[in-house]
Amino acid sequence: MLNGFIQISYFAVAVVFILGLKAMSSPVTARKGIVWAGWAMVAATLVTFQTPGMQNFGLMILAIVLGGSLAWWSGKMVKMTDMPQMVAIYNGMGGGAAAAIAALEFARGEVHGTVVATLAVLGALIGSVAFSGSCVAFAKLQGIMKKAIRLPQQNTVNVVLAALTAVLGLAIITAETPSGMLIVLFFVLALVLGVILTSPIGGADMPVVISLLNAFTGLAVGFEGYVLGNPALIVAGIVVGASGTLLTQLMAKAMNRPISNVIFAPLTGESGGGEGQAIEGTMKEFSALDAASVMRYAGKVIIVPGYGMAVAGAQHKVWEMAQLLEEGGVEVVFAIHPVAGRMPGHMNVLLAEAGVPYDKIFDLEEINAEFPQADVALVIGANDVVNPVARTDKSSPIYGMPILNVDMAQNVIVVKRGKGAGYSGIENALFYKDNCRMLYGSAQQAIAEVITHVKALES
Amino acid sequence: MDGFTALYIFMLAAFTGYEVISRVPVILHTPLMSGSNFVHGVVLVGAMVVLGHADPESPLQLAIGFVAVFLGAANAAGGYVVTERMLAMFNKGDKKKEGGA
Repeated sequence: MLNGFIQISYFAVAVVFILGLKAMSSPVTARKGIVWAGWAMVAATLVTFQTPGMQNFGLMILAIVLGGSLAWWSGKMVKMTDMPQMVAIYNGMGGGAAAAIAALEFARGEVHGTVVATLAVLGALIGSVAFSGSCVAFAKLQGIMKKAIRLPQQNTVNVVLAALTAVLGLAIITAETPSGMLIVLFFVLALVLGVILTSPIGGADMPVVISLLNAFTGLAVGFEGYVLGNPALIVAGIVVGASGTLLTQLMAKAMNRPISNVIFAPLTGESGGGEGQAIEGTMKEFSALDAASVMRYAGKVIIVPGYGMAVAGAQHKVWEMAQLLEEGGVEVVFAIHPVAGRMPGHMNVLLAEAGVPYDKIFDLEEINAEFPQADVALVIGANDVVNPVARTDKSSPIYGMPILNVDMAQNVIVVKRGKGAGYSGIENALFYKDNCRMLYGSAQQAIAEVITHVKALES
Repeated sequence: MDGFTALYIFMLAAFTGYEVISRVPVILHTPLMSGSNFVHGVVLVGAMVVLGHADPESPLQLAIGFVAVFLGAANAAGGYVVTERMLAMFNKGDKKKEGGA
C-alpha cells in the first residue's frame, strides 16, 4: 500500500520523533527537541499527500488549513497561565481524531479480522474517552465548569457504563458486518464514559489527569496506526503512550497522590459531609516597614514563592532582599511546593534565573518540619499550596493535597495583589489566622519597598 | 504486517518511550507532556489517509474524514505552538546566565 519513498520517510520521522522527545527531557536541549519534532511532522504531512490512490484533496487541505490555523492562532494568543487547558484541549482533539479514524474505517467496512477489529475498537474507545475527558478537563481549568460533579453511586455507574461499552465493543468485534446503529451507540457510550470519569475530579488533580489522557491518546493513535498499517502512527503513538504513562506516575508521585486516588478519590471524599468548615477571623494588613522589621530581626525566614512572583517577575528582587537579610545575620531559605505556579518546576527555574544557589532551595518533604522553628514564613503570590484546609477540612476539594505548613511558623507574611481566592477558587484559611499578616501589592513593588526599609534599618 | 511483528513493534516502542524520559527533571514534566502531546499529533497522517480513501459519493464518510483531519491538524499545530512557547520561557534563564558569565 505504501511505496518505498513514503516508507523511508515515515521511518525517518519516527526516529526524529524519538530523538526529539529524548532532547525534550533535558533542559539544555529541550528547545531543539521540539523544533526537530516539528519539522518531522511537516515532512510526514507532505509525504502523506503522495500516498497512492488518494482523493478528496480539496476537503483534506481545507481541514488541515482550518484546524491547523485555528489551533496555531489560539495557541499563540492564549496567556501563559492558561497553558494547561490548551494542552488538554489539543490532546482531546488528537484522541477525537483517532476515534474518527476508527469510525471511518468501520463506515467504509474496511475492518477485517479479529485482531484488527479489536485494536480498532480499543483505539476508538480510548480515543473517545480521551476526547470527551479532555473537553471536561478544559472546561474545568477554563472555569466554564466550576464544580466537581459527582453522581450518586459514581463507582457503580462507572463500572456499569464501562461494562456496557465493552459489551458493545465485543459485539462489534465479533459481528461479520456490525450495524451502523451498534457503532453509533458504542461511540456515544464511550464519549459519555469519558465525561463521567473526569467530571468528579477536583481542580488540583487536573495536571495528572491531563497527563493520563495524553497517554491514552498516544495508545489510541498507536492502535489506529495498526489498523491502517501505518508504522509512523504505531511507533509515535505507543512511544507517547508509554512515556505518558511514566510521566503521569512521576507527576502523581510529586503530588503524593497515587493515580488510583486521583480517579477514585471522589468515592471516599463523600464521607466528609457537604458543608465546608467555616473560616473564622479577619484578614490583617501589614505595611512594608512592619514586614521589613519583622524579617530583619528574625532568626530564620522561609520564603515560599508562588505564581504571583512569576507574574510580577519579582525573582531578582526577592533574591536581593534575601541577600540583604543574610548580611544582617538572618538565615534565609526557599521552600518550593511541587505544583507551585502553573507548571511543576516553574519556581525552580525562576529562582535559578535570579541566581539563587541550589542549596538554599528545598522541596516540600525537606522543609515542612522546619516551619515551626521559623520566625517568619514569607509567602509571595502562592495560595492553594499553603492553604491549611487541605490538612483539616475533608469537604474541601483540595483536601489531602500535601501543602507547605507555613501556618506553623511564628509569623506569616503574605504578599498578595488583592483579596481574591486562589486558582482553585477556594477561600484560604491561612489569611485569617492570628499569626498571618497581609502585605498587599504586586510582588515586585512590595518586595522593593521592603528592601528600602531593610536598608534604612541598617543605617 | 503480521500480528507478531506488530506485537514486537509495540513492545519495543513501549520500552523506548519509557526509557527516553525515565530521568527527566521535575521542571520539564509539563513541557514534556505537552511535547508528547504534539508527537501524537501524527494522527493527522492517519486521518489524511482515511479521508483520502473515503468514498467521495458518501457525505457521511466525507464528514467523518473531515472531522478526523481537522482534529488531527489542530492537535499537531496547537501542540507545537504551546510546547514551543513553554520551552522558550525556560530558555530565558539560560540565555541570561550565558550573557552574565
